[in-house]
Amino acid sequence: MSDAISAYPRRSVLAGLAGLAAAPALAKEAQLTLPFANGERPLVRLPQKRPLIALTTRPPQVETPFALFNQGVITPNDAFFVRYHLSGLPDTIDPATFRLTLGGQVDHPLSLSLAELRRDFPVQEVVAVNQCSGNSRGFSNPRVAGGQLGHGAMGNARWRGVPLRALLDRAGVKAGARQVSFSGLDTPPVDTVPDFVKALDLDHARDGEVMVAWAMNGEDLPFLNGYPLRLVVPGWYGTYWVKHLNEITLLDQPFDGYWMKTAYRIPDTPDASVPVGTKPASTRPISKLNVRSFLTSHADGARIAARRQTQLRGIAFSGGDGIAHVLVSIDDGATWAEAQLGEDLGRYSFREWRLGVNLAPGRHIIRVRATTVAGETQPLQPLWNPAGYMRNVVEAVTVEAV
Amino acid sequence: MIARIAGCVAILALIGAAPGASGRVVHYQPREETIPPILSDEASQIVVANCMSCHSLDYLTTQPRGKGTKFWRDEVTKMIAVYKAPVEPADADAIVAALDRKFGGGG
Repeated sequence: MSDAISAYPRRSVLAGLAGLAAAPALAKEAQLTLPFANGERPLVRLPQKRPLIALTTRPPQVETPFALFNQGVITPNDAFFVRYHLSGLPDTIDPATFRLTLGGQVDHPLSLSLAELRRDFPVQEVVAVNQCSGNSRGFSNPRVAGGQLGHGAMGNARWRGVPLRALLDRAGVKAGARQVSFSGLDTPPVDTVPDFVKALDLDHARDGEVMVAWAMNGEDLPFLNGYPLRLVVPGWYGTYWVKHLNEITLLDQPFDGYWMKTAYRIPDTPDASVPVGTKPASTRPISKLNVRSFLTSHADGARIAARRQTQLRGIAFSGGDGIAHVLVSIDDGATWAEAQLGEDLGRYSFREWRLGVNLAPGRHIIRVRATTVAGETQPLQPLWNPAGYMRNVVEAVTVEAV
Repeated sequence: MIARIAGCVAILALIGAAPGASGRVVHYQPREETIPPILSDEASQIVVANCMSCHSLDYLTTQPRGKGTKFWRDEVTKMIAVYKAPVEPADADAIVAALDRKFGGGG
């Protein structure tokens, strides 16, 4: 380890080591249990991260402990989930030599340093939710193969970077270009595994909202969230938010790589579901987030003081249509009351909701249901698909008033 | 290789934080892995030797249990057919059988 670090500034190395050495030295990892069968998970500390819920070690995948979502609508960088597909993470990134290239069907191929990217293009910010396609997969019933996640593979951050449109304009997109593909520095464990490359239609790529981001909540991207650059696709699932982004390619035909053509496909039905246990007749690439909401102030099994005003609180979000209203039921869906919405940080952000309730002694099943400005709402019964994507059923939390 | 990894304490390091502005090189060292107790017996060696060449074994242990042979047959087939995992054809059946015994309910 000392060899590996000897080339780096002495002071930062020591500071880094001091912080990082402590975690293993304290040894025993805490455990917690996600609320589904075989849900026991260790809490692990990855670089630049607080202890998070481990799913896998190689490649690294961790999710955010759910209680964190009650601390504010912005997810701190050190609590933000991590999801990789391929075990070949870059081991060294030198910001001085790093280049982002833009090529393919363009008039002027670009090769940009980080300094040029920050200096030569307009800068913009967006607050947007990044959610894994398979967030909450562990609750799928019947269970399906894949990462067995609780609700913590999502987060909301303020992203800062360059609109992709500005880069495309600078390069000059040739007539006939149809899609744009995105690749990062991570690599497959063996050559036969397809490299992780995603693609967007050209019109989407240059909508002015898709961006190449270098900062998250006012800081450089954490390494495990894509340092030094990642694609930000507001309103779309995290699979498109390519990390360690270093290669953008304009294509004159639809991209047919594995991670678009075969993986991350959803049933080609209006709600992306099929009858439980069946296979879809046809599929399409996953795309926009569906609407979701959560109670964050009280966990399942929480005890609440009876016959007193209690503030319920939570979050709602969608794929960009904006939250119109959030309804809350304290009687398992028999009656609903409209919650008060918190500050609006934009249509791609988590939106806080609050509702004061007064509970009689006994058990109460609390449900939360969000509806977007476009009229999309959460289903009362879970939708099912073979990959366990896009869960957005109205969740139930049982509390006991005493 | 496997013996070296087994039993290691998890260690990871990321050196040189706050890079961009300062221009520091960022170095990432992956977390070391352990072989979970449920896969540390003789019968699981074929699973460990094959699966661990591409990913850690928590990919297996966190999957839902009791899903039957087909669940694990599908997974192994996917690894070989789609990802071209370097698994000897003769080993595939043995891997499926071992996974089914441990996790599929076929014990």
